Formats: sequence, C-alpha cells, structure tokens
Amino acid sequence: MSVEIKNLTHVYMKDTVFEHKALNNISLTIEDGEFVGLIGHTGSGKSTFIQHLNALLKPSSGSIIIDGINITSKGVALKKIRQTVGLVFQYPEHQLFEETVFKDVAFGPQNLGLPQQEIEARVKEALTLVGLDFDKLKDVSPFELSGGQKRRVAIAGVLAMKPKVLILDEPTAGLDPKGRDEILGEIKKLHQLQKLTVVLVSHSMEDIANLVDRIIVMSKGQIVLTDTPRNVFKQADLLQDIGLDVPQVTHLVNELNKKGLSIKECISVDEAYEELIKYLRSN
Amino acid sequence: MIKNITIGQYIPGETAIHRLDPRVKILATIVYISILFFIKGFFPYIYVLGYLGAVIWLSEISLKTILKSLKPLAIIIVLTLIFNIFMTPGERLFGFGFIVVTREGLYQAVYMGLRLMFLITGASLLTLTTSPIALTDGIEKLLNPFRKLGVPAHELAMMMTIALRFIPTLLDETDKIMKAQMARGADFESGNLFSRAKAMIPLLVPLFISAFRRAEELALAIEARCYRGGENRTRMKQLKLIGIDYAASLLTVLLCVAIIFTG
Ligand SMILES: Nc1ncnc2c1ncn2[C@@H]1O[C@H](COP(=O)(O)OP(=O)(O)OP(=O)(O)O)[C@@H](O)[C@H]1O
Ligand SMILES: [Mg+2]
Repeated sequence: MSVEIKNLTHVYMKDTVFEHKALNNISLTIEDGEFVGLIGHTGSGKSTFIQHLNALLKPSSGSIIIDGINITSKGVALKKIRQTVGLVFQYPEHQLFEETVFKDVAFGPQNLGLPQQEIEARVKEALTLVGLDFDKLKDVSPFELSGGQKRRVAIAGVLAMKPKVLILDEPTAGLDPKGRDEILGEIKKLHQLQKLTVVLVSHSMEDIANLVDRIIVMSKGQIVLTDTPRNVFKQADLLQDIGLDVPQVTHLVNELNKKGLSIKECISVDEAYEELIKYLRSN
Repeated sequence: MIKNITIGQYIPGETAIHRLDPRVKILATIVYISILFFIKGFFPYIYVLGYLGAVIWLSEISLKTILKSLKPLAIIIVLTLIFNIFMTPGERLFGFGFIVVTREGLYQAVYMGLRLMFLITGASLLTLTTSPIALTDGIEKLLNPFRKLGVPAHELAMMMTIALRFIPTLLDETDKIMKAQMARGADFESGNLFSRAKAMIPLLVPLFISAFRRAEELALAIEARCYRGGENRTRMKQLKLIGIDYAASLLTVLLCVAIIFTG
C-alpha cells in the first residue's frame, strides 16, 4: 500500500502567540512494501509528521493519498484509515487500560466491530507475532508485566488491527539492548512475512542502518535528505550539522581511513568485520 | 485538540503591566471587581473603560485575545441580556403578545451586560499578564499575615503551584492517550451519552495511572532534596514594591474615588 504526501504543512496553535510551524511543505512517496527509517533531531517534526498518516492530525495545507484515496478530504471513513495505517506511539505502554492482556489487545479489533471468534484469532496471532506466550499471558493484568512485555502488548494491540502500513515512533526507547534487538527483529520479520509497509522513527543510527531500505532525514520541519542508508551516512558533515550522527562503526572506519588504511565505507558492525578481515588478509 | 483554552492562560511579555508586583495586581483586581458593584448608572463606566483601556494598551495584549477570553462565558452574558430585557417590568417600548420589551429592561440589560464584560475582562487581564508562579507567590505573600490564624499560606501556595504546573502536562498527556486510543479505532465523538461515557474509560484509566506515577515521582524528588515548607525559607526572587507599583495603586485608588463620588 503506497503512501503519497504532497506539500504537507502543519502549524500548531495557529493564530496565537504560540504559533509554531512544525512541518513545512513536505512531499514524499513511500512505496508499497518499503521499510523506511525516519530520523531527525528532537523537535524536527517526526511525530507530527507520522500522525498525519492516519489522520490523527489534520494538515494546515497539503494532502496525503493512501492507495489512491485522499485521506484529508471531508467525509472519509476515519476508522478504515486507522485500521489500514497502524500507528504505535512513543511509549505505547502508557495507553494500556484493560484488566487483562487479552482484553487490551482486543480493544482495536472490537472497535472495528469484528465477530468474537475473529477477535480471538487476531489477539492470539498478534501476541505470538510480538513473541509473547498467548496462553500464559492472556489473563494476566497488563500492569503486572515488565516494561518490555508491556511494550509488546501495546504493539500487539495495534497489530491486531491488521494494518497494511505500520508506523512505529521510537519503539525501542528505554529498553535494554536485548529487548531492543528482539523487538526490532520482530518488526523486521513482520515486514518480510506480511509484506507490511513499515515506517520506523528512531534516534539510533545503528538500528536504522541495519534495518531499513531507505532513510528520510528531517530537520526543522523539512526533509533534507532521503536515500539508502549507505548514501545517507556518507554525508557525515551534513548529519552532524543538523544534530544527528552516523553509526559508531562508520565513524571508526572513517577514522581508520584517515590514518592511511583503505577500507570500504561500512554501516554495520558485521560489514566492518568482513572488510577488516579482508584488509588484514590482503596485507 | 484540547489546548485552545484562553481563560487563565498567561501570555509572556515584558511590559509595565507584566512587571507589576503580583501582590499589587491581585489586590488591584479585587478592588476593581468590587468597585464595579458600586456603580449605579452609566456615567462611571467611562472611568472603568478608561482604566481598563489603559491597562490593555500598556500590556500590549491584542483585543482579539481579550475577546477570546470572553468567549467561554458568552452564554452567561447572552442569558443575562435576555433575562434582563424580557423580565424587567416597566414602561412598554414594543412587544409581541406576552413578550414585552420595556425601557427599564433594555437599560438594565445593557447595564448588567457591560458590568459582566468589564468584570471578566479585568479578571482575565490578571491571568493573561501574570505567570502562574508569580500569581501564587503573590497569593502566598498576601496570605502571610493570616498565618497566625492558622492559614497554611506556604503550603496552599505550593499546592497551587504544583497544580498549575501540571495542568499543561496533563492536557498534553490526555491529548497523547486520546490519539493513541483513536489510532486503535476508539471513538470519543459520536454515540449517545452512555456510550460516550463508556468510551472515556480507555482514556481515564491510563490518565489516572500516569497522574499517580507523576505524583509519586514528584514526591520522591521533593523529599530527596529535603524540602520542608514554611518556616525560614528564603526566596530566590524577593518581591519588592517599586515605582510602577505605587503608580498603579494610586491609579486604582483614583478610580475608586471617582466612582464613589460620581456614582
Ligand atoms: N501539541 C502541540 N502543540 C504545540 N506544539 C507542538 C505540539 N506537538 C509538538 N509541537 C511542537 O512541534 C515541533 C515538532 O514536534 P514533534 O513532536 O513532531 O518532534 P519530534 O521530531 O517527534 O521530536 P522527538 O524526537 O523529541 O520525539 C516541536 O517544536 C514541538 O514543540
Ligand atoms: Mg517524537
């Protein structure tokens, strides 16, 4: 399912002294089945941007077209859009409210008015997808779970709606390295198995470099760069200017090259490992 | 979404009105509101208009903002107008069946309507030009003499500061949780009263949980810094009366004198 954004501008608190232009004339197309990463300094407008993609925010001007339907026009079915475009917020565990994990994950499908049987099947599938044991956890209160488990339940709550486009706002913020890798691994699996279109917002250059097909770089409400991770991380100076960085290992390789080695640019540790071995062997 | 609340919203600035001592501003507002009730007849409204105009002009707050602060109370103003126009007995001007408009009614309606508008405008000017922190500081200082009578001035002020501090945070949080649930297909806007009340559960439960979490964190942070209210605390910003404070007080007194002697 492709997403096309045309000249999107968003102004918060219009016509007050607090007026703030958070998005400034953004145009972009996300292809069907693509995995894109969205990076940008804090306050650059990432969260504002993604909230437009499922019509939670209305643009001040511009339009968003999902699968040929302009979702900013009057009278569109909001529920349908929110089912098609699943949005996982930052710290999604703060939205849990039900007595049991099952009921909480079932909240979305229930709002869609699905039959009970279908709801059960979906909850089971969603919980399994995020790596939780359905039978063990379904009757547990979500508030008794660990932070990482809560996060998974919350993500499952969105997955249970069976979206075609999945957007995640910093899904790994505040998790330990293992929890982070697991959640990212599950997202990747989802992308591959279910052919989901995924938009991942992250502050971790490493995560982004390893996962996505394409990176969108935002700064001050505008898109300054959009390209493959390899090409984006070639522009270390530009990235540093807007408060971002390249992965640590890219830094390392760049520094080694300055010292006289000649290694190909790397964006992941595995890749750097291969290249270094190759370099050492050849000497 | 739910942030467009102007009443009680501070607009930062550096004007003379903004810089006035909060104590003076609070007292002046109380005096101003009280004196409004002593006015009989239209003539003294000229003084009030002059006083209010001067404050608005000095504070550089746009008329649009002022009008906006009247909006939430528009219904009350309109009701006052209607009741007064139709319910006051007197000399009949024109009418339609049992609905009669009298000269006294018209007079009374305009008179009460103006009073109400002056009252609200005055009160909102206080909150528009005074930061919540300054406001509570002022209240604390004004309540200080009553401490001997057992009024916990400092504690009250502290509670108010904290409450005010967390209003925007909680509004933000409400907005966020609402959006998160809407992303899961929740509908807060349609349906009958009962289904709407039920739709609030997914919003209220997380909101309460986070409010309690915040309260606990704050309590811990306060205790970790050995905070104890009241006795022997000094302030970073001492309130001190300066020239403009005396000038403002004098003007307010003049307003009262003028109204009492002509009204
Ligand atoms: N509800 C709101 N009302 C007013 N201004 C807002 C609101 N939400 C965000 N902003 C402002 O819009 C700008 C962009 O915010 P946004 O949350 O989109 O940034 P972000 O890129 O997601 O940042 P982060 O990485 O910290 O999450 C910021 O300057 C922010 O202060
Ligand atoms: Mg954000």
